[in-house]
Amino acid sequence: MSDNRQEITDDLFVHEPLEEGKAEEIANPPSNFWKEATVRLLKNKGAVIGLITIIVISILAIFGPLMNEYDYREQDLLRSNLPPLAAGLEWLGLDGTNSHHTNVYEERSITNAPAWFGTDEFGRDLWTRVWKGTQISLFIALTAAFLDLMIGVIYGGISAYYGGKVDDFMQRIVEVLVGIPNLILIILFILILEPGITSIILAMVITGWVNMSRIVRGQILQLKGQEFVLASRALGASHNQLMWKHLIPNVMGPIIVTLMFTIPTAIFFEAFLSFIGLGLQPPLASLGTLIENGYQEMRYFSYKLIFPAIIISAIMISFNVLGDGLRDALDPKMRK
Amino acid sequence: MLKFILQRLGYMAITLLIIITITFFLMQLLPGTPFSNPEKLSDRQIEIMNEKYGLDKPLAIQYFTYLGNLLQGDLGISFQSQGRTVNAMIAERIGPSALIGGQGVVIGLVLGLILGIISALKHNTIFDYGSVFVAVLGMSIPSFVFAALMQYFIGVKWGLLPAALWKDYSYSIMPSLALSVLVTATVARFIRSEMLEVLGQDYVNTARAKGIKEFSVIIRHVLRNALIPVVTVLGPLAVSIMTGTLVIEKIFAVPGLGEQFTLSILVNDYSVIMGITLFYSALFIFVIFLVDILYGILDPRISIGGGKKDVR
Repeated sequence: MSDNRQEITDDLFVHEPLEEGKAEEIANPPSNFWKEATVRLLKNKGAVIGLITIIVISILAIFGPLMNEYDYREQDLLRSNLPPLAAGLEWLGLDGTNSHHTNVYEERSITNAPAWFGTDEFGRDLWTRVWKGTQISLFIALTAAFLDLMIGVIYGGISAYYGGKVDDFMQRIVEVLVGIPNLILIILFILILEPGITSIILAMVITGWVNMSRIVRGQILQLKGQEFVLASRALGASHNQLMWKHLIPNVMGPIIVTLMFTIPTAIFFEAFLSFIGLGLQPPLASLGTLIENGYQEMRYFSYKLIFPAIIISAIMISFNVLGDGLRDALDPKMRK
Repeated sequence: MLKFILQRLGYMAITLLIIITITFFLMQLLPGTPFSNPEKLSDRQIEIMNEKYGLDKPLAIQYFTYLGNLLQGDLGISFQSQGRTVNAMIAERIGPSALIGGQGVVIGLVLGLILGIISALKHNTIFDYGSVFVAVLGMSIPSFVFAALMQYFIGVKWGLLPAALWKDYSYSIMPSLALSVLVTATVARFIRSEMLEVLGQDYVNTARAKGIKEFSVIIRHVLRNALIPVVTVLGPLAVSIMTGTLVIEKIFAVPGLGEQFTLSILVNDYSVIMGITLFYSALFIFVIFLVDILYGILDPRISIGGGKKDVR
């Protein structure tokens, strides 16, 4: 049969001549989803403020530790427990006086650069430590969120795309994992892994990806029955192409929104672990260890608690508000 | 319905078995045994202790012994406090945790309802923005940060309430308040969006058109329907209350289950850690189960029996 079939060669195909009017029509991008979403997002004042706060805090987390002459682990007992002092900000309480209203700087005749956020009991500069801690907390949260994203997208994608028995099996695993209170599992894992940045990230990822995978699965299940996927399949697209060219880009909205809520959760878990004594070990700092430390001494040195507490709250609020804004902007249907 | 309940019970059992297994083997991987302190104990003493608690037997036997004991509701003996059973320790400490947890949920539900209703009825006014802002703060600020600040200002600086410890009822107020923050915020947000949705429904207009007083429209038609989906957040809220107690009890020195858990982690008391983990997990799974069933009963539109409406 195949012998007498006519050979189809490339030169049998001829380009359709381009019409002037049609070219114009095609050159105009069909209403761009991302552009529209950006406009919607920028209209949301809360989300914009959140975004700006996140950017400012991130910049300070990177450059803050370099802004004065102190290192985050440099101890100097002559400078221990100095209250915060910043020129021009005395009215905010950063005036170098302790809880008994005596100026410690004058009392101990300290002349070198003042500690803007005060110092801890070993004389380590808290401005440097707070921003270093923010840096580490953000790093842990971003890495954990990124790993959650990768595993969740691949797992959820495969489960939904192949469906049937594969999906059944993979969802049974998820169902069991969802039933486990994740914080307790995280605590158990940290106990064996020994506290440290890597083990905190690993412990959080072990249960963290489940949520992302469920979102991705749900979305892809909806998408895969639609015509554009069928069309692409009919044109001979491979599984890989279908997945990465058609399905994943269309799930990007919910993925980004979920990611925005994963990051504050990760920051919370890190701080939580540090607070119950399973976090980083000194001289390393994270927002959680700083809050824990500040909490121990808040009676006499309340500034040690207040600065990291403000920063962690600001980060959490900003991410939550931005996440809400993104959800409304990217997918008004998802609104709850 | 019965089929659904049985199926869910089956799942619960499997999940619990897996949690038991994970907990058991993770505990085996922990560095050190409870009796590996050579300064306090001689080799002979360590040997006797290991023998007494069955730690010298092969792992598989230890595992099945543990499973067998669990089936009889026996969580084992504490390795650190002489001769105390884990059951007794949990029973002794569950009281304060249940009290502050329960009060936290009630306070949170009431405050959340009030905030949410105000928000929805005064939609897009300063009241709405105010309560949304409060809700965002409550969702975002970590409970232990909030608790620490409360303790500092209310307890230490202004001396309005006792800052820590557990003597009489007044000692339970601040921990309960600290736990209620997240509940308030979650419920307020949820009630707000649900009510806004219900307010736009035709049957609300019908009720108004019939001349029913605005107050009873809100209570009987809007609120009743808006409350149903709130049941779904109760599960996750129960979990956050449970994890919240871990830190809140530490901060306010409440002699509850959470404090025991953090304490046991510090002293490597395996059996107590395992016991409390399983207790928390079982409670959690049970709450989720209850919530699912309750939801099915409250909202007849949801078919949980896997009937015709269940399109998947």
